[in-house]
This record gives sequence, structure tokens and C-alpha cells, in this order.
Amino acid sequence: MKIGVITFPGTLDDVDAQRAVRVGGNEAVALWHGDHDLQGVDAVILPGGFSYGDYLRCGAISRFAPIMTEVIEGAQKGLPVLGICNGFQMLVESHLLPGGLLRNDHLKFICRDQKLRIENTSTAWTSAFTQNQEIVVPLKNGEGQYVADADTIKRLEDEGRVVARYLDVNPNGSVNDIAGITNEAGNVVGLMPHPEHAVETLTGSGTDGLGFFTSLAEKAFA
Amino acid sequence: MPRVVVDVMPKPEILDPQGKAVLGALPRLGFTGVTEVRQGKRFELEIPEITDDALAQIEKLAETFLANTVIENFVVRVEEPAK
Repeated sequence: MKIGVITFPGTLDDVDAQRAVRVGGNEAVALWHGDHDLQGVDAVILPGGFSYGDYLRCGAISRFAPIMTEVIEGAQKGLPVLGICNGFQMLVESHLLPGGLLRNDHLKFICRDQKLRIENTSTAWTSAFTQNQEIVVPLKNGEGQYVADADTIKRLEDEGRVVARYLDVNPNGSVNDIAGITNEAGNVVGLMPHPEHAVETLTGSGTDGLGFFTSLAEKAFA
Repeated sequence: MPRVVVDVMPKPEILDPQGKAVLGALPRLGFTGVTEVRQGKRFELEIPEITDDALAQIEKLAETFLANTVIENFVVRVEEPAK
């Protein structure tokens, strides 16, 4: 499958995400924030980084980038979209996912190998995992505290839309230890930790992140 | 030029870690008696003329861009130009 990875000014993890896409057996297509063109890709990744220097709010300026018109339109029609870290922030700023991401409750930037539990394996991006599978992937963020009003949290929990939950340690004060969520349709997933940094044994904490990049193909050929 | 000010604040029910850190620093610096600090943002927008249309547009840009109304509230007000 062709998976587009969008580069914004200040994006850091686009090359790692492209590599993870290829390691996962897909074709990676580099997309540019300033284009109005998704180049016919089957899915899109909004990678991590500090687009626009995190000015105003994280993801607030990128959310209005030209290519986001096509991403938002596509997502509403079922295009699989994965937002990692800064990409997750763009998805909440775009209102493709509910809630918001605030400064970590302890105010420090955090970088650690983080244990997660994958609680929803029916999304476009997590079908390669087994229900409640525990994985370890890198986490690195300053503004990763997921918040939403009580009704939204209840809906996310009741509908099984918490995709990943922090285990052992809540690294940023996120409500209910939420590390990642999905939309109602399950095609849009936002995730604060970085599975793209855990796809090869040579570097990182292992290969636990790979499932996020093999799920699409598994689902397509299932 | 007339100036329009947009104040953006975290919603009351949203934890404000930065405000809390400022509050925590005050006693260490010898300032007592402050019981709560909330930290927000202030935007100063200059426009050629105050009109209903201009203010409506600023209201809209504040709502869609300057503030994230999921987590923040905002107030728009006209400020007299400095003499």
C-alpha cells in the first residue's frame, strides 16, 4: 500500500516514519504541507516534531496547512490517518479527534521507553496487534497531557475508542492514562508515543512499534 | 491605529500546569498571599478602523485560530489607541 508521510516546517520524524512504512512492507510517499495533493496514497501519516516551532499551540498552525484540506476531507470519507505526537496534536486541532493536548502536568519534557497496552485492535492502524497486547515504544513529548471533558472521556471509554493506554507510569498526566484514541469510524488514530522509532532491532527499544505499519496491509489482504 | 485585544485563557476546569508552577515559585521568592495563578495569552491586533465587520472577523479568527475552544476561552475587546 502507498502511505503518505507529510512534512511540515519543523517536522522531525518524517524520515523515520517513511522508513517504518517501508519496513512494514508498504511504499512510503513523501508529501509536502504546501501542496494540495495527496498523490493518490491509500493512507496518511502526520509525523512528530515541532511544526511551526509549536507557536500559538502545538499543531495549531499546521492544521491550516494547504494539504490539511485534503487530509481532513479524506479522513471524513474514511482515509486512514495516523497522527503521531505532533501529528496527534494536529488531529485534535483539526477536530478530527476530540479533546486536547496540554503541557505535561510535571512541566518537563519527557523521553523514555514507555509500556503501553493496545486496547483497540479494530482500527486501520492497530489490527496487527492482539487485544490488550503490551508493547514498549519510545515516548518523547513536552505537551502530551491528553484532556477532554467528562462526557467525551466517558464516550471514548464506552465505545472502546482508547487505542493505547500508558502502563506502569503515566508520563504526562493524561486523563485515564490515555496514550492514543481513535475516531468513531476507526480510520483516524492519534498517538502520543512513537512506534516509528521501534521497528528495527538495531536502534530503539525493540520492534514493538511495527504493528502500526503492518496493520493496513494485513487488513487489506485479510 | 485602533487596537483589538484578544485574551485567551485555559478553561477553569482545565488544569493549568504553567500557572501552577508560577504559583509554586511565589513563596520561594518571598511573595505571600497569592492563592491562585492562571496563565493565558494576550494577542494585540491592529486594524485600520473599528467596524462591526472587522470585529466579527476578529471574533471568528479568535474562535477558529487564536483559541482552541476545546480547552480555552477567549474574550475580544477594543482598546483605545495609545496617545
